[in-house]
Parts: sequence; C-alpha cells; structure tokens
Amino acid sequence: MKLSKLTTALTASALALVLSSNSFGADITLLNVSYDPTRELYQEYNNAFAKYWKAKTGDNVSVKASHGGSGKQARSIIDGLEADVATLALAADIDAVHDKANLIPADWQSRLKQNSSPYTSTIVLLVRKGNPKNIKDWSDLVKPGVAVITPNPKTSGGARWNYLAAWGYALKNNNNDQSKAQEFVSKLYVNVPVLDSGARGSTVTFSERGIGDVLITWENEAYLVKKEFGDDKFDIVFPSISILAEPPVAVIDKYVDKHGTRKVAEAYLEYLYSPEGQEIAAKNFYRPSDAKVAKKYEKQFKKLDLSITIDKTFGGWAKTQKAHFADGGVFDQIYTRK
Amino acid sequence: MSTPTITRKISTRESTTVTLLLIGVALAYLLLFLGLPLVAVFVEAFKKGWQLYWEALQEPDAWSAIKLTFIAAAIAVPANLVFGVSAAWAIAKFEFKGKSLLITLIDLPFAVSPVVSGLVYVLLFGAQGWFGPWLQAHDIKLLFAVPGIVLATIFVTFPFIARELIPLMQSQGKEEEEAAVSLGASGWQTFYKVTLPNIKWGLLYGVILCNARAMGEFGAVSVVSGHIRGLTNTMPLHVEILYNEYNFVAAFSIASLLALLAVVTLLIKALVEWQAKRSGEPLHHGA
Repeated sequence: MKLSKLTTALTASALALVLSSNSFGADITLLNVSYDPTRELYQEYNNAFAKYWKAKTGDNVSVKASHGGSGKQARSIIDGLEADVATLALAADIDAVHDKANLIPADWQSRLKQNSSPYTSTIVLLVRKGNPKNIKDWSDLVKPGVAVITPNPKTSGGARWNYLAAWGYALKNNNNDQSKAQEFVSKLYVNVPVLDSGARGSTVTFSERGIGDVLITWENEAYLVKKEFGDDKFDIVFPSISILAEPPVAVIDKYVDKHGTRKVAEAYLEYLYSPEGQEIAAKNFYRPSDAKVAKKYEKQFKKLDLSITIDKTFGGWAKTQKAHFADGGVFDQIYTRK
Repeated sequence: MSTPTITRKISTRESTTVTLLLIGVALAYLLLFLGLPLVAVFVEAFKKGWQLYWEALQEPDAWSAIKLTFIAAAIAVPANLVFGVSAAWAIAKFEFKGKSLLITLIDLPFAVSPVVSGLVYVLLFGAQGWFGPWLQAHDIKLLFAVPGIVLATIFVTFPFIARELIPLMQSQGKEEEEAAVSLGASGWQTFYKVTLPNIKWGLLYGVILCNARAMGEFGAVSVVSGHIRGLTNTMPLHVEILYNEYNFVAAFSIASLLALLAVVTLLIKALVEWQAKRSGEPLHHGA
C-alpha cells in the first residue's frame, strides 16, 4: 500500500517534471539506448548536439545514455525501457523492437539515409604487440593453440558481425560452399575460451585481464584500445576481407510520442549525418558516410575489401538472424557440439 | 564413571605445532582472499592521487549513483524491518496453519539466484509481462526506474531480519509474553515492553546485515535497472560501467567507498556483538 502510493507519487512527480519542461521549453531529457562500444562516441556527440540545439531553439537538452550488449539493450526496450532513440549495433535488434513490442513501424530502416546508418564500421583483429602468434588473416584463427576472444552472438551485436565476417571469408575461399563455411566457423569457436555478453566485456577480457591471443572486434573498438593502452601494447591486423557493418539508429515512436520528444529525438538522429556529427564519428573511429568528412579522414581508415555485406552475402538480417542466431540455429549447433 | 581430572582450557589435544599451523593457514587464507583484495581496491583508487579520487566521487553520475544506493537502502531496510519483526513474532509466538510454508517463503530469496529475482520482476512488470500493459495504461513506471530498483532490493534483502529473529525468539519462548498478558498488558504493550527489549541486539544485527546487502546488491538490481547513467545506476552498477570505460581510478574510487561502507558495517557489527555480550542478552539462538 505504502509502496504503491510511493510509486504513484514518484511517477506523478516525474511526469510533472516532463510536462512542465515541455510547456516552458526549457529542459528536455532524451534517453539514448545504445550498444557497448559507442560510449565515447555519444559522450562527445551528446555535448555537441546539446550546443547545436540550444543555439537553434534555446532549449536545454540533456541526453541520458545506457550502454550494453546490443541484443540485451533491445530486450530492455521491449521490456519497457523507455528509450527515445535506439542506436544499436545491427538492424535485427531494432527489428525485434518492432516484431516483439510493436513500438516502431516495420519500415523504420527506410526513414533515414543509408539504411538509417549514419556511420559504418568493420571487423578487424587485435593482437598483442609484435603479433607473437603470427596472425595475418581469418584462416589463422582456426589453428590449434590460438585463443580467440569474441563476445556471445546471442547478446552482442558486434559478436554477430564477427561471426558473419568469418563466415563470409570462408564462403569466398570455398566457392560459396555453406557447409565448408560452417565447418570453418565451428573450428574457430573451438578456440574461443570465454564468451562475454558484450563487445566491451570482451575488450576488457583481452586487454585488461590479458586472456587470449587475438580479439575479434569492431574497428573503432580496436583503435580505442590502442588509444587507451598506448601503441606499444597491441597491434591491429587487417584481414584480407571483412564485413561492412552498418549500425543503425531509430526513433522509438511510441515512447517519443508519450514523452512529447519526437521533434528533438528526430533532430538528434539527423544531426548525426551533419558534417559536425560525421566529424565526431570519424574522430571516434567510425567510418563516416559523408563524402567530405570521409575524404578528410581518408588516412585514418585503411582501404579494405568490405565486399561481405549482410544483404548481398547473407540475404538480409531477418533471414540471417533466424538461420544463425535464433534458438536451435547454426550458432547453437556449433557451440553445443563443442 | 571417573571424575574428570583434566581442566585444560582447550578441548582438543593437538600439539602446539598443529595449533599454530592451523591458525597460520586460516590467517594466510583470510589475508589472501579478504585482506589483499581490500588493500588492492584502495591502492587502485589512490593510484593517481587524492585529487583525482576526490573528483571521481564528485562527478554528477557518481553522486547520483551514491544517492540512489542510499535511497534504495533507506526504503528497503525499514520495510524489511517491519516485515521481519512481524513475521518472526508470528512464527515464534503463535501456532497457525501454513507456518512452515511461511518460513520456506522467507528463505526463498536466499535460495534463488539474484539474477532470477530480477528477471521475475521483468516477467511481472515488464512491458510484455503480466501487469505490464496495465501499468503502462496507468503510466506507472516500475521497471528501469527507481521503484523497480527498490523492489528488487527489498526482495533480495527480505530474509535477513526475519531469519535473525526467528531462532532467537523461538529460544526465548513465550512465557514472558504470557505473563505480561495475564497481568493485563495490551498486545502493543507486550511487544514494546517485553519482546522488543529481549530482541534488540539481534534486531540491530539483522538490520546491519540487511543494510550491507541492500547497498551492495548487484545481480537483481542490474536486471531491473536499465543502466541509465545518472538515473538508475546504483554504486555497484556504476563501478562496473566505469571499469568498462577504462576509467579505473573512478571505478575503484566508488568501489573503495563501498568497501568503506562494508568496513564501517563490520565495526558496528562488532560493537553490537560486544554490547550484547556485556549486557548478557543473547544475540543469536544459543549464543
């Protein structure tokens, strides 16, 4: 009784806060539910956007952030975490927000440019300084005695890109033979001693706890590790071919309408495509989509063969998610057989 | 039957070497598994000096985590105090049907993994859960907000006070209360003047343990929190976030604060035990 009163009181005061802030146009709070490695990116971007929005409208926006494995974060939104925007690691996780909770329309991905992905990335290999196990390409990850660190594809978006990049490599080198590719990937997972729930967890396992010989990770995450720990501890190995990873963004319609934040939430995502937003992405090692900014940061991003894509190589996320990562899918078969 | 002739203080007959060895092993074990990590936390926290340590604690998100932790404990502990005393009183002083079921239920949070306790709340109050649609229709936010964190904290700290009091009250029997009632005391008078003085040390002890767990809980709170910085992170959750952001000084600064709370808790606990012994009132059943 006491508790329910308290709850109502708390909610009422929270609601009053939201309402009052909107009617006076003074303070707006947005919640950005994002995936693991974007912490530094959005910390910088949120400040830039707040300045831009203040100059444009006079309103103060404070963007609250929540980070975790992409799949886990999608699950939280489905369970009622009232995100104004979701900026996740892959489209399948935002698809789930439509499929399981119907908070956004099915065609959410066509609402913004480039499949709603303002920046892209790819998957690279991070090894210890001097590359003691002589790792050059994906094929070196299946060799006996090489410990590979990658997160759990069930909860982490990055892990799914990792898995698919390896799969794509095996397809290209085996005349598109799916069973050969499966064999390759299952051999790779035999070498994985621990599956963390998110990309950042795996990075900490590899860099801080010193476990494993090679970390399969986001390009941006690999650069960040080098920045945090110094150039003398780790080397980045660029494989012969990798996947074009598109982390998409979306306004969560049902929640922005409830909060009355649609306008600012949409502007928040659109500003990611602006030169300023693109510059911040590039500075944080995400590949910008804007041609001018891309040109400016040309040297930072190595030219890679990124011809593995989710649509061309795997026929889209809906199909891939079901075949590979759903209960009883290929990943489950591979990992339990181990 | 022979009369005992040996009046040694120790009850076993091992040689001094064995005794010393055993004490040594126990001490080494304690130092290795308890002492060393505690020292490590403080060493890491102060690695880059007082200045940074102080700044880390004043950072707004850290400050909000500290406040939320205290709010959760400040609601959970009194709630469980009221519940624990009533449950223990009912179980120890009265006979009724379903008593053993009640005892089992009280023990449930001890038996269940904290993650499961958190997930139960998601299943009940999540947007897709049993009461989710109703809560949303009435615009009541439980999950991923402060009330959910308080609920999860109450759940995991539920047994501490009741479990502390039940054996104590049972061992004390109900004669004193019966005497009080026969002399014309009301129920409230009986409780306040007879029962409460008898259990005060045990009660305090239970409150201390309950509070320690309420502030330190990670698993259950993590599931219902949503991890929104500056809003729904408690201290233990904030430590993990900072650590994952390579912000080791800040992570260990908050961790040291938690450790400090634990040390203070232990000191108060020792003080309570000492006071209880001096006053001659039992703290535990059989103590």
